[in-house]
Amino acid sequence: MRMILTMLLAGIASTAIAQDTQESEPAPELVGGSVRSNVAIAVPVMPGDAVGRQVSEVIVSDLRSTGLFTPLGPGGLPGYSVEEAGNPAYPSWRNAGVSALVSGYIEPRADGRMTVACYLHDVTAGRELTHQGFAVTSANWRQAAHKCADLVYARLSGQQPYLDTRIVYVAETGPKNNRQKRIALMDSDGSNNRYLTVGRHTVVTPRFSPRGDRLVYVSYIGRKPRVLLYDVASGQERLLIPGNHITFAPRFSPDGRDVVFSMAEGGNTDIYIVSASGGQPRRLTSAPGADTSPSFSPDGRQIVFESDRSGTQQLYVMSADGGGQRRISFGGGRYASPVWSPAGNMIAFTKIAGPFRIGVMNAGGGGERILTNGWQDEGPSWAPNGQFVMFHRTAQGAGATRLYAVPVGGGSARIMPTPVGGSDPSWSPINN
Amino acid sequence: MNKPILIGMTAIALTLGACGRKTPPAEIPPVEQPPAADPNSTDPNSLEVVELPALQADLVAKAGSDTIYFGTDEYSLDEASKATLAAQARWLLANPGVRASIEGHCDERGTREYNQALGERRANATRDFLLSQGVPADRMTVTSWGKERPVATGSNEEAWAQNRRAATVIIR
Repeated sequence: MRMILTMLLAGIASTAIAQDTQESEPAPELVGGSVRSNVAIAVPVMPGDAVGRQVSEVIVSDLRSTGLFTPLGPGGLPGYSVEEAGNPAYPSWRNAGVSALVSGYIEPRADGRMTVACYLHDVTAGRELTHQGFAVTSANWRQAAHKCADLVYARLSGQQPYLDTRIVYVAETGPKNNRQKRIALMDSDGSNNRYLTVGRHTVVTPRFSPRGDRLVYVSYIGRKPRVLLYDVASGQERLLIPGNHITFAPRFSPDGRDVVFSMAEGGNTDIYIVSASGGQPRRLTSAPGADTSPSFSPDGRQIVFESDRSGTQQLYVMSADGGGQRRISFGGGRYASPVWSPAGNMIAFTKIAGPFRIGVMNAGGGGERILTNGWQDEGPSWAPNGQFVMFHRTAQGAGATRLYAVPVGGGSARIMPTPVGGSDPSWSPINN
Repeated sequence: MNKPILIGMTAIALTLGACGRKTPPAEIPPVEQPPAADPNSTDPNSLEVVELPALQADLVAKAGSDTIYFGTDEYSLDEASKATLAAQARWLLANPGVRASIEGHCDERGTREYNQALGERRANATRDFLLSQGVPADRMTVTSWGKERPVATGSNEEAWAQNRRAATVIIR
């Protein structure tokens, strides 16, 4: 799969390659060293329906956000007919200086929906690489655009798709000493933003279920932090743990059946697990100290968490029943909010060494790399394909927070387009 | 345009504050069971609590302060804090009809979930001292706001010191 990208790169003018090599020289700081390549991809207006221009615009925006490509269009590019979508005039696109072409068309379906056909062409070689059709309601054209961009991204990068996803996060408004916080849900490109709570209670740390149909989050109801289970389709919610307990730091197990969380009592915080359908919680840690931020390995066998049992916040791994607790962070400084990667081989975390930075390490410990350089970068969440980590960055003083996504392989953090301030992002699985 | 409005609001606030100090509320609400009386309820709406601002002002006036402060990443009480809490305990014992929410807070230099745990440690240490001064356990409830409710907005040691605190909040 990676060969495709290499082949396309080979088609780029040598001056562009020289420039790119220069840009990817080791930079003095980790952020700023860019992996952006100049694979030029033409995305002309899709014919067949008036929404075609917007579909192409979303594809361009998605491809640009990957940091791997230089998409061109749809403005300034010549159009083409429905018939040409699968059979483009390669020589003229070659003359336009692009390596790849995303074409397609939109046509109505008998069931009232529409088909968005999506083709990816290797212009240099003069052949089609892949195509797929997406049936969507006319109101849902954005999703078809994201699916098309995912098809292009996956075929050219060799990675799993991640663009047709949602982000749940905490929308922040108002001054630092009177901040209003609401749970918000949006598409991963910032569109279709909506608020799930009204801001009456302070809310933090929303997290998706593995299928993306439910959330767990913490709401300060009755002046205590309490974990709530929220059904996205119906908006129905209930307390995870009945009664008057201080509960926080919730996350689903990979099968969606259980929730791990922290409960604080008598000056001691421990990690518990409970069925998402109710019942008696089981205690997994009992060391004196703050044991919190548990996150399951994708196979469900282990849990990474943070604890200050050694005197400072460090990362630990235990089996899912609480056994075999062992420390995995030894890099100096403090480590917090670990999250296991979707492939299971890495753990993202917040490193505290004066400022807060987002880093990744091997799941067994070691191989630490710091990915960001903000004053206070916190709360990592993996893209479902494991290629990006989203987090929030807090500004010194005013305390304004914004969401950013950073490529795990190295490169600049990109700000997420949220309508207001944002914190505590959680990336959904790929949409159906 | 803004200035006269602000001055007006300040004047009103001062009047109310003075009022609360001179005339302690004649009617103190009776102690009620915590709203989550049903230990099996999973309805979030069953958990609301009500603040009592006039009694809060009275606590501040009589005990000197409703707040104590902590060192960075610490939850031990210094002598000044103990003196404040002893005065708070005397007020609570003199006002047997009220309950208190003991609320721990942190500065912004800890991560969110760690601070939720640290705030509970601060609140718990505060509660234990009030308990040692004779305040019955069933009149106190402990919570942690983590770093969600800073009072000082700066990113400097002076602001952080004001935010590392435990507050005694009078509730029904």
